[in-house]
Amino acid sequence: MSVSTAALALAGGALMGVAAALLLLFNGHLAGVGGIVAGLFQRPAGGWAWRAAFVSGLLAGGVLLALLYPSAFAPSPASGTLLVIAGVAVGFGARLGGGCTSGHGICGISRLSRRATAATLTFMLTGAVVVTLVRLLGGSR
Amino acid sequence: MKRQVLAALGCGLLFAVGLALSGMTEPVKVLGFLNFFGRWDPTLAFVMMGAVGSHAILFRVIIRRAKPVLAGEFAIPSKRDLDRALILGSALFGVGWGLSGYCPGPVLTSLAAGGRPALAFAAGMVGGMAAYGLLQRRRGGTVKAMGAGT
Repeated sequence: MSVSTAALALAGGALMGVAAALLLLFNGHLAGVGGIVAGLFQRPAGGWAWRAAFVSGLLAGGVLLALLYPSAFAPSPASGTLLVIAGVAVGFGARLGGGCTSGHGICGISRLSRRATAATLTFMLTGAVVVTLVRLLGGSR
Repeated sequence: MKRQVLAALGCGLLFAVGLALSGMTEPVKVLGFLNFFGRWDPTLAFVMMGAVGSHAILFRVIIRRAKPVLAGEFAIPSKRDLDRALILGSALFGVGWGLSGYCPGPVLTSLAAGGRPALAFAAGMVGGMAAYGLLQRRRGGTVKAMGAGT
């Protein structure tokens, strides 16, 4: 890892923290992406339109970045079927566990939530176990 | 209402830029971070430092306000106890994360550029969320909007 990669990671992360804080400042909501997406498929108490707008912002940002900064993107190395299964696990797990990497990992930890810290440690642990198993079973990585 | 929608749109855009800048739209970097016992890639640790650092400071400042700029009140989760659903759900989340290197924010940002892998994952993710919603409804429980980062 180069110094510039580390600096970009730090700066990009800080920008995510600012984006999440702005959502709190203006709309009063924490920026848990999993929860915001899940809210699109039901009738959430806090309103539907702002959720759709936040998700549209992520998607539109993706379109802009794909045009202006295509080197930022790389596809997952996992195979098709495995990706669908992984998606189901992430979608179901984020709802059952009440949050994802942004909701628990960023917003939760930064306000010193015990639940978010436990959740983040848990998904980092099982994630590491899976990556290690895949590496041992499927060759080097 | 209209201004809330515009604010959320801008925040989503900014969040996407942060994700791409920080390298989180490259699943290999996420998988490299989770590869603690192999060739470890610390990128995600720097992303977390930046994000948690800035949000921790701003959260404390913002929450002192009586209310948000465009809404009546702050929606902050009040639950404090650890329970089985939290741990089980997070464990399952980690399995999917470790298999793919994707989580909700990065995969949505990658949909335009990520090709079929991002689409396949996103389809599964939406399916998993819908399945949870159906299960909740069948159990007769009230389906609440998932509070972010409880």
